[in-house]
Amino acid sequence: MTVPSTPRSATPVARDPRATGVRRHRREDRAWRIGGRLATILPIVGFAFVMIVLAVKAWPAFRVSGLGFITHSAWQPGNTYGGTQRVHGVLIPQGATYGAWPMLLGTLQTSAIALLVALPISIGTAFALTERLPKWLSAPLGFFVEILAGVPSVIIGLWGVLVLGPFLSRDVYPIVANHLPNVPVLRYFRGSVGYGEGLLTSGLVLGLMIVPVIASTTRDLFLQVPPLPKEGALALGMTDAEVARRVTIPWVRSGIIGATVLGLGRALGETIAVAMVSGSVLGTVAPNVYGTMTTIAATIVTQLDSAATDGTGFAVATLAEAGLVLAIISVVVNLLARTIVRRAGRMAAPVGRA
Amino acid sequence: MSVVPASYPSTRWRRAKVGLFRAFTILALAFVIGPALWIIGGVVVKAVPGWRWNVLTTLSQGTSGGLENAIVGTLLLMLGVTVVAGSIGILTGIYLAEIAPPTRRGRSSGAVVRVVIDVLSGFPSIVLGYVGYVALVVGLHWGYSFLPAVLILSLMVIPYIAKATESALHQVPTSYREGAEALGMSLGYGLRKVVVRSALPGIVTGLLLALAIAGGETAPLLYTAGASNTLPSIAPLHHPVAYLTYYVWTDWNQPMASAHVVSYDASLILIVMVLTLLVVSRVIVARTQRHSESAR
Repeated sequence: MTVPSTPRSATPVARDPRATGVRRHRREDRAWRIGGRLATILPIVGFAFVMIVLAVKAWPAFRVSGLGFITHSAWQPGNTYGGTQRVHGVLIPQGATYGAWPMLLGTLQTSAIALLVALPISIGTAFALTERLPKWLSAPLGFFVEILAGVPSVIIGLWGVLVLGPFLSRDVYPIVANHLPNVPVLRYFRGSVGYGEGLLTSGLVLGLMIVPVIASTTRDLFLQVPPLPKEGALALGMTDAEVARRVTIPWVRSGIIGATVLGLGRALGETIAVAMVSGSVLGTVAPNVYGTMTTIAATIVTQLDSAATDGTGFAVATLAEAGLVLAIISVVVNLLARTIVRRAGRMAAPVGRA
Repeated sequence: MSVVPASYPSTRWRRAKVGLFRAFTILALAFVIGPALWIIGGVVVKAVPGWRWNVLTTLSQGTSGGLENAIVGTLLLMLGVTVVAGSIGILTGIYLAEIAPPTRRGRSSGAVVRVVIDVLSGFPSIVLGYVGYVALVVGLHWGYSFLPAVLILSLMVIPYIAKATESALHQVPTSYREGAEALGMSLGYGLRKVVVRSALPGIVTGLLLALAIAGGETAPLLYTAGASNTLPSIAPLHHPVAYLTYYVWTDWNQPMASAHVVSYDASLILIVMVLTLLVVSRVIVARTQRHSESAR
């Protein structure tokens, strides 16, 4: 490695009169170590606290609803002003029964749509920014990826429900719904298109929100692909499309998969935007892709207020159970992404330096 | 890579695929730039024509009035996040990159916190907000107030700050550390005077982006900071804090026209805040790159 020129800060260091006294330095070293260790413990404590609170709060709801919670569809708060009943030793309002299947399905459906939309856009954007456009153009245009990442989700939701949703349901959805044949899968794209609040609009908005997550990682990965294999492929007579498909993408494939799973995790947990564009309809599965629905995260944010009025605390406990389901999905997805990205990182590291 | 197939596709088809590929990349980029412009332009078009500057200096009346309390509240929350998440996140990043002693199997002792940070960075913010509500606001009787909001927001953005700090430190050349050690500097002194100092632009950039995220959050704040139409109080507990995203979230579907104005005004202020933070972080990055190039 070449010796770099002296860092700017090094010159005053040598003359600093405070740079004396071994004991002071030992003390400072110890402060750094202890402070650092303390700081690393705090996020762990915070995360453990979150999971424990969720589990404790969800326990009564789990005792009543059991595993059926994730397969049932009913969403009945019961008679919150009337009598109570005891189920499995837990006091709940009369007639209260909760099932999370519709919102669990809604969470998975919207996230799946989001991935289908975001992955090609992200990869195409990454190619455009790293290979297709000249640098003077790609730097300012790349800034839009960061802008999209930075726009608050409540504003994206506002745009989704007031601008995008009405536009799609008026000018785009009817064309699709009226022209697709009545065959499996495509059947879900037929029927009433609603008013723009629903499954497909939520998925599209979510897709837009996770594009920055996938695109920025993919862009960095593409920049790490060494030029020699690409130049070699070009010299063999491959077109740039073939180089992209046969050299660049395979080179960083696992990294892209990892980034995609990361984006999936973000889509699963997104709350406010979905709460605004999904229609927030509890307890029913969307009949077609335009139907109104809700997700776990959106349910928690829209229902916690009214759940707090349940004197027995059963409704709040139910939301904890829903939150726990979402948290477990999110943790699993994130760990999966981490494993994939780390494996990709190990493989890419020696190549990147060569 | 794969072997060239025996029957290679025709030149015309290959040329067509090149055209398709190029069109696809530009189209994809258009699907990023288009919506970004559409969102920002939409807010600007709705908010700017009726913009009154006294929005910045008058209190909100819920569905009408100004946004002074929300602006002050959002800035206060961001300040709180800077203090709490900034210190914890930066220290965590420094520890992971520089201090964590390697264990026998060659793995860093910071393995657990790395996993937790990765998991936290993708954790649903509403679940954090729920826990803040159940455990802090109700459980500890703190009420809707400043402290639970800052704690929950901090837990959310610590991973971003820690990761940015760690990767900024990884970009500091090893020779800087060796030089510091060769000059007889202790670990802490070398960190403070040489290593962290040269990573500072990257660290600050990470902090600014984390602030942009924190300032634009809604879900974790709704049930921790509460809502308030008065200026935030200095007391960290029992006093709800107003913030901009709340007014966007509650006022957009109110029947009154004045509520829509509030909603769009709050959106505009939020976008200006976020764009400012993004541009400042961009400028910092650009300036450091210029410096590092001149140093070479």
